[in-house]
Amino acid sequence: MKFIDEFRDKEIAQGLIQRIRAISSRPIQLMEVCGTHTVAFFRYGIRGMLPAHVRLISGPGCPVCVTPNRDIDLAVALSRRKGLIIAIFGDMMRVPGSTSSLQKEKAEGGDIRIITSSLEALQIARENPGKEVVFFAIGFETTSPTIAVALLQSKREHIRNLYFLNSQKRIPSTIRTLLQAERIQIDGFILPGHVSTIIGSEPYQFISSEFNLPAVITGFEPLDILQGVWMLARQIEEKRASLEIQYKRVVHEKGNPVAISKIDEAFERDGALWRGLGWIPDSGYGFREALKDRDARNLEVEVEPSKEHPGCLCGEILQGIKAPTDCSLFKRGCSPENPIGPCMVSLEGTCATYFKYL
Amino acid sequence: MCLSIPARIVQIENNTAKAEVGGLLREISIDLCPEVAVGEYVLIHAGFAIQRVDEKEAGETLELLKQLAEAI
Repeated sequence: MKFIDEFRDKEIAQGLIQRIRAISSRPIQLMEVCGTHTVAFFRYGIRGMLPAHVRLISGPGCPVCVTPNRDIDLAVALSRRKGLIIAIFGDMMRVPGSTSSLQKEKAEGGDIRIITSSLEALQIARENPGKEVVFFAIGFETTSPTIAVALLQSKREHIRNLYFLNSQKRIPSTIRTLLQAERIQIDGFILPGHVSTIIGSEPYQFISSEFNLPAVITGFEPLDILQGVWMLARQIEEKRASLEIQYKRVVHEKGNPVAISKIDEAFERDGALWRGLGWIPDSGYGFREALKDRDARNLEVEVEPSKEHPGCLCGEILQGIKAPTDCSLFKRGCSPENPIGPCMVSLEGTCATYFKYL
Repeated sequence: MCLSIPARIVQIENNTAKAEVGGLLREISIDLCPEVAVGEYVLIHAGFAIQRVDEKEAGETLELLKQLAEAI
């Protein structure tokens, strides 16, 4: 396929690997904050190709993994309400909450429907005017404009029975929080290409200007990733700290202004609760005043007190402090078939990726 | 979750388009890329075109990659 195959060329890849070997002289740790990158590193064998002193660590890179139990428990409680339909992206089905999951609730008779686009949630609401429909709206900035379009459309069409359980997250403030915590040595960031197609490069400027670290917005094909790693290694060797764009074919400084305006029309910036990271100011979205009547959190329902599995290290894995192999449950009770924590459920979760490829 | 793939726009009707991905046609919303034209490539994510693919930039990146790989 065009724009994919040419970025998988093996000969060019070999040349880039030699380039990285030639320029990188000392141990470095690069963090990626996107689960799609985590998977690509393993799938294309990039970890094995890089010099041993170039370490890749995974951050909080998957919206499924960072959704706190509190929100999953609320979705579970809502799914037990009579005549209520939950619309959900497939990955969220199996994530265990405190005592149940939406998959279990579906088996018990809950009306839970997997969707692949926010517009399908709208359609379900149109087709079921007598029922309440709750769209479990998770995602980073890549997905947020699509959620905003559905929310604005529901208002325009006067669809009164569609509610949004909003658990969206924003990436830049979370990177700031990770850096401020200083719990892990990071020498550079491989920034998420698709989040950046929406928000552009500007929101990451602080990484170089305030924290003096190099960062490169990187695509997802093997050549993209190798070029991104090379650009970071070069900056580190040259003792520079700049924000650069590798993925220029779809990432521009200003992002996608139409998408940003949709987000702004529907939501205002707000703090958000992250699994493992806690409450992070300015890392999520709240509803604009005129849309607050569509907030699923207004629906009255009794929710169980949330609790985490005591042995699960997802919280630390999401911060890059621990690797899946540090967890006593990894492959010993926790597997993709029987996941204990969300990082083992999501297709792009760090634990699921390690399980599949290690 | 943030997976997006390039697709070629083959037909546009109001704010909906048909896009070709690996030989299959998919219906997508172009609410977020209203300026897109038939024949152009877009990135699609969760049923939406989220960005146009800049062919010129893609060509320049590839050219740079080839030079990097050859010069070593």
